[in-house]
Amino acid sequence: MGNGTSIGRVRGLGSAKSGSHHWLVQRFTAIGNLFLLLWLAVSLVLLQDYSYATVAEWLSKPVPAVAMILLVVSTFWHARLGMQVVVEDYVHEDGSKFACLVALNFAAFAGAAFGVFCVVRLALGAH
Amino acid sequence: MANAGTRNRPLSPHLQIWRWGPHMFVSIMHRVTGNGAAVAGLGMLLWFLGALASGPKAYETFSWAMTTPVGYIVMVGVSWSVITHMMSGIRHFFLDVGAGFELKTNRTWSILSPVLGVVFTAAFWALLLLR
Repeated sequence: MGNGTSIGRVRGLGSAKSGSHHWLVQRFTAIGNLFLLLWLAVSLVLLQDYSYATVAEWLSKPVPAVAMILLVVSTFWHARLGMQVVVEDYVHEDGSKFACLVALNFAAFAGAAFGVFCVVRLALGAH
Repeated sequence: MANAGTRNRPLSPHLQIWRWGPHMFVSIMHRVTGNGAAVAGLGMLLWFLGALASGPKAYETFSWAMTTPVGYIVMVGVSWSVITHMMSGIRHFFLDVGAGFELKTNRTWSILSPVLGVVFTAAFWALLLLR
């Protein structure tokens, strides 16, 4: 005891072992989510109706399509970071924790890829 | 030496030791609503985008499912989860810069953020249904 600085004694501890970058990205994506979800809420309120023709025409336009792609990326990234913390807090056994984090990463990347692909397909003329 | 700081480190008392307060409730709800929004909300978003990309028939199935009673419960639940998470998330932005930790201020915003979540959810649905 008594060696090193106080930051040196606690560095690498805690359930996640590290985290300031994770913490910052959680905030960056939170700000992105805030703006993009407000955009989505306003857009949904302003839409004439929710028929396929109206919604598909709206989401095919450049600005809504790009905003939706950003929303998918930002929300999935934020969800991945948030659920990672929950796993680290409640799954204590190393093997299970690793398996949970692998599953979480697969789900987050697959979900985001599917969402982005769907918007691109729609915007580039599927309907 | 690597373990010099790890032995006999104090543990923080667990939930049942503290007297309950609104800040504990809002903290737990932040996780609950965040996970709810992540699982149900993002699932719904992907179904919506997948249906749009697949064509009118798939979109019709999605529309039908969302306008059943269960569908409405899911949509209201997801919007409430997202908006409540957003309100406690905004509270976290203030806490992040060191503001709002005074006992009374903390208590006030801990009570207000879930209330605002319900109010804005109701306002959103009022706008959707009355437009």
